[in-house]
Amino acid sequence: MIGEALSYPFFQRALAAGLLAAVACGIVGTLVVVRRIASISGGLSHSAFGGVGLGYLLGFEPMLGALGFGVLSALGIGVAELKLRQGMDTLIAMVWAVGMALGILFVSLAPGQAPDLLGYLFGNILLVSPGYVALVAVLDLVIVGVVLFLFRRLRAVAFDEEFAWVIGVPVGALFLLLLTLVALTVVVLIRVVGVILVIALLTIPAAVARHWTDRLSRMMAFAVLTGAVSIAAGLFLTFGLSSEFGIDLPTGPSIILLAAAVYAASAGLRALTGRLHGS
Amino acid sequence: MNGDGAPAIEIRDVDVRFGETEALASIDLSIGQGDFLGIIGPNAGGKTTLLKVILGLIEPDRGEVKVFGRPPRAARGLIGYVPQYARFDSDFPISVAETVGMGRLGPRTRRTSRERDRELIRQALDTVELSDVADVRVGRLSGGQLQRALIARALAAEPKVLLLDEPTASLDTHIGRSVYGLLERLAEGIPIVLVSHDIGVISRTVRTIACLNVRLHYHHSRELTPEMVEAAYGCPVDLVAHGVPHRVFESHGDET
Repeated sequence: MIGEALSYPFFQRALAAGLLAAVACGIVGTLVVVRRIASISGGLSHSAFGGVGLGYLLGFEPMLGALGFGVLSALGIGVAELKLRQGMDTLIAMVWAVGMALGILFVSLAPGQAPDLLGYLFGNILLVSPGYVALVAVLDLVIVGVVLFLFRRLRAVAFDEEFAWVIGVPVGALFLLLLTLVALTVVVLIRVVGVILVIALLTIPAAVARHWTDRLSRMMAFAVLTGAVSIAAGLFLTFGLSSEFGIDLPTGPSIILLAAAVYAASAGLRALTGRLHGS
Repeated sequence: MNGDGAPAIEIRDVDVRFGETEALASIDLSIGQGDFLGIIGPNAGGKTTLLKVILGLIEPDRGEVKVFGRPPRAARGLIGYVPQYARFDSDFPISVAETVGMGRLGPRTRRTSRERDRELIRQALDTVELSDVADVRVGRLSGGQLQRALIARALAAEPKVLLLDEPTASLDTHIGRSVYGLLERLAEGIPIVLVSHDIGVISRTVRTIACLNVRLHYHHSRELTPEMVEAAYGCPVDLVAHGVPHRVFESHGDET
């Protein structure tokens, strides 16, 4: 079954895109989890849907719209957070819902037949183009490069923002940069699991990784691995069920549920070994 | 900069208000080379606020703050800051050495090599006797160890002046004493300001002492007069802990 799956070019592309997406999601997801900004990343992913709709309406690539909306929302939320320092919940919730509302509105205004909305909401990784695989690879390079270069500063700001500021680290700029990285990652993940499920793929692999390491760098590596395993397993599972049994399951939700199962197993194993070590 | 130019810290006529609440009023304070100032005062008396004004974390509503002759924002990295520790996410995946290494991230330290950074981190850990736990997650430290790790983090920055917020608040007296011993040694090199509500221990360590309760009462001496304490705390306080005869002071006017 695995060999058969790998013989299809569309499956090769999906697997390549999925594994590349796991890199972005593991690295940025780890920062999201330790910085506790999961709700902001949820808001960003949903706001990106507004850009998808705008792309349909005006006839440009919807993923470019998602990228634009995501980055603009990231900067908007980031600046508001830096200025207001509180009451962000409400603002995030608004960005979240307004993005979705705009997306639906734009799509309904667009001429011609209704596009594949479900694909954007819940992912359509099996339909990715070679160009998309290249886009994910480029975004990975950007994300890995930025995080490697600024690793100690990003960690310092996440751990103790006040001290980082006092010592002279550009806290505000790094926060906006982090949110921009989240927006880029969200765009990468939209094809994999869709805007609604992105938040799970940003948080679950990092949470699993946190079970097994006390170091931020290793947490990123583990999270990449966990994400890759979940995405690959989801792809093979849905392909296998379809080709062997004629059961067609959507890939995106399957990936999320597999990741959640990995989390449950990891938490259980962690509790068990913790007891064995007597701690 | 050795303090022969501008003083390390210069505060002139500073007010801070939080809404309707007056947090600091008419603060004047100058800290230079050789100073080791302890500031005591009641909770909510403005001690942490004063430190944050010096650090540039809080903008005063009136008055002027200079750190080595510059506005606090422009002097970031010159001050070693030891906050109260309770605010951290104790689950954060960062080791003790990595935490201390935060002290090496300022613009002033950017041009030093990684080897030099590691050396300074090692020295700072040695100074506070935490080398054994360098690779332990910082959230696993005891209260006393964490406090010393935060002092090491401030020292790793090679600061020109040191500010400490309740450095012994959560420590038992034995460890508290060792922290104060460490500060006495550090005070040989750089000016230190520490705030605490712990009158007894503080007055045995610092060179001069001030009382803060919105207003600052400071006579550049180590003597803690009953008037200062009363003005700061707004009520008579028992000063038996450091040699003032054991009696309750009579009430009198609260102006100094």
